[in-house]
Amino acid sequence: MILIKGLEKNKGFILLKGGRLYEPFLSIDKKNDILIKDDVIVKINKSIKEEKNYKVINCDNNIITNGFLDLHVHFREPGFEFKETIKTGSISAFYGGFTRVCTMPNTDPVIDSPELIKFIIEESQDTPVYIHPIGAITKGQKGLEISEIGEMVEAGAVAISDDGIPVKNSQVLRFALEYAKKFNIPVINHAEDNCLVNDGLMHEGKMSTKLGLPGNPDIAESSMVYRDLAISEYVGGRLHVPHVSSFKSLEIIKIFRDKGVDVTAEVTPHHLSLTDSILRNYDTNAKVAPPIRSSKDQKALIDAIKSGLIDCIATDHAPHANEDKDRDFKHASCGMIGLESAFGIVNKTLAAEKVDITDIIDLFTVKPSRVMNIIPNVIKEGNIAEINIIDPVCKWIFDQNSIKSKSNNSALLDREMFGKVLYSMNKGYILNCKV
Amino acid sequence: MKRIEAKHLLGLENISTQDIETIIDVGFTFREVLERPVKKVPALNGKNIVNLFFENSTRTKISFELAEKRLSADVTNFSASSSSVKKGESLRDTIQNIHVMKMDCVVMRHPIPGSCLQLSNYVDVPIVNAGDGTHEHPTQALLDMMSIKEKFGKIKGLNIGIVGDILHSRVALSNIFGLIKLGANVKLCAPPHLLQRHIEDYGVSITYDVDELIDWADAVNVLRIQRERMGVGLIPSIREYRKFFGITSERLSRHKKEIVIMHPGPINRGVEIDSQVADGDQAIILDQVLNGVAVRMSVLYLLLGSNDFD
Repeated sequence: MILIKGLEKNKGFILLKGGRLYEPFLSIDKKNDILIKDDVIVKINKSIKEEKNYKVINCDNNIITNGFLDLHVHFREPGFEFKETIKTGSISAFYGGFTRVCTMPNTDPVIDSPELIKFIIEESQDTPVYIHPIGAITKGQKGLEISEIGEMVEAGAVAISDDGIPVKNSQVLRFALEYAKKFNIPVINHAEDNCLVNDGLMHEGKMSTKLGLPGNPDIAESSMVYRDLAISEYVGGRLHVPHVSSFKSLEIIKIFRDKGVDVTAEVTPHHLSLTDSILRNYDTNAKVAPPIRSSKDQKALIDAIKSGLIDCIATDHAPHANEDKDRDFKHASCGMIGLESAFGIVNKTLAAEKVDITDIIDLFTVKPSRVMNIIPNVIKEGNIAEINIIDPVCKWIFDQNSIKSKSNNSALLDREMFGKVLYSMNKGYILNCKV
Repeated sequence: MKRIEAKHLLGLENISTQDIETIIDVGFTFREVLERPVKKVPALNGKNIVNLFFENSTRTKISFELAEKRLSADVTNFSASSSSVKKGESLRDTIQNIHVMKMDCVVMRHPIPGSCLQLSNYVDVPIVNAGDGTHEHPTQALLDMMSIKEKFGKIKGLNIGIVGDILHSRVALSNIFGLIKLGANVKLCAPPHLLQRHIEDYGVSITYDVDELIDWADAVNVLRIQRERMGVGLIPSIREYRKFFGITSERLSRHKKEIVIMHPGPINRGVEIDSQVADGDQAIILDQVLNGVAVRMSVLYLLLGSNDFD
């Protein structure tokens, strides 16, 4: 295990004193003290007496809740270890309060076999987070033939996706949606019609016009969301729409959900909190796929969180080395890191919209859990302590020097965040995120 | 001595109206210099200017080079192969090279929008954008505006038409930003799919009818149709383009009013414009070329100059 400041294996007793326990999996929301020995919760009670050998963490005004689940990250291993590794990505996740992540298969080689699924899981064993890999829909992400989906699920895969490469062939997507039903996993398809993207480098709108950058229109996303849902409805499949970016896609998801189609959707912290004006100086850190869109789209995404149309937050944590981003706008890589700023920026955005803190926590815990059918160690006596201690009103600056990821490509650098995970605990590890 | 606020010329969108007017005014002063028997002034004596061209150019490059030499600057030319741009490595290396070579000014053409602005974040010497992809080509628009002012004595209140592939044209975008700032009325004419969807947000009007444009305009800037746009489904054929959007002598003769014809060059004779029109009395295309040298002298002088030139 690589060690960073503030991370240690817990030996002995820790008493979490005075916090508000919010446990959405068990519908608990009240003041409780929690006593942890080594890695296990030994007692939960409204008041636990301090003993001399207890290490006490004062949780007054803090919320104790479950570790977060991010169902969409890129840890780049194997193949691109200069951007991120399973270990550095795990530390970045833990620092942001995530105790579980789902890794996308766009590595080199592509994660399209049970052996590679096992490799990812084994590599994560001595990290503080649980990794639930997502396998490729098609062999080599080539979009031609479906991969060994059943074998991958048996090895631990929780979903299938060709990640950034949309499944262009509609018949292949139909096969995948039908076949995945046997294994009860969602199919995640990056929805972008590449012909309509037409080499667009940012959202097509007033800002792209001014910048002279070729535009990627919202219909590139929404038309494929429509296709995917039409196929999924037809075969009774289970589709999860990643990183929804546009108002138009939300309209389509709503139509199908209202008809009873089994569809879930995620939004990234950057699509939720930013608009395309962030690109006014061609900041390549804000170049992402799908692109960050207009203020109308951003507002629609916030409304969709409030109404429940969007199920959860997922970061699409996409680390890139400086040399991948220090390029002209066309050749710079797409994506930004997200794990360490996710809670701070989402909480800031949604608190300003009067969304309750418990509803915000649900977007990181119980709701993504339902999407991926992943059950964490819930907070009860006898369970492994998989816990976050959150200060929901702490203001802090997202500073490049504090970043634990191997990369620092974020358009949110130097911004003020609102709310912070102070401690995260999992698998016997405890991380003091304040240092 | 006149001054401008701007440290770079990256585009006309992010420069003040006052600066644009100053550049044009000083351009006329240099235009006089270009009429003298000795056309060289010592204004930039001892300054090193590098012309970095990551995309093919003949006319713009020659025009800049001539402007630099007439200001007595030392000129270095650098043309990168398009393959190095394809790899996307060039910009970072460029920055380091400029630092090492201690250049006083960079004139850059690059195929990717925003490259000049990105460069200006890292380099502390003045950057002049000589065309960045489909974004801006500010010196072209400045010479166009100078030519309009020369012809009409003013810019404010004039009706200026632009016809052609607006969507892919940095000339059009710079003209739009500049002309609107100086108070002209701008109308664009293009096949609908070769116009930005949101271009009207920038204060221009649009039409798909070139005859309507000619009726309305005092001057029309005719954009070159790039042959690489043919055969990729954007322009069905030269015959069809000419029929609906070409500035033909037959079409002009149908209109009673005489309008001024401009073209940034190089001209595709018989495609977007007829030879008789390009060479006719209405055209000010060769004045544009001469004003191009003058306005580029003005830009470089205002960004770099410390010595008076007279």
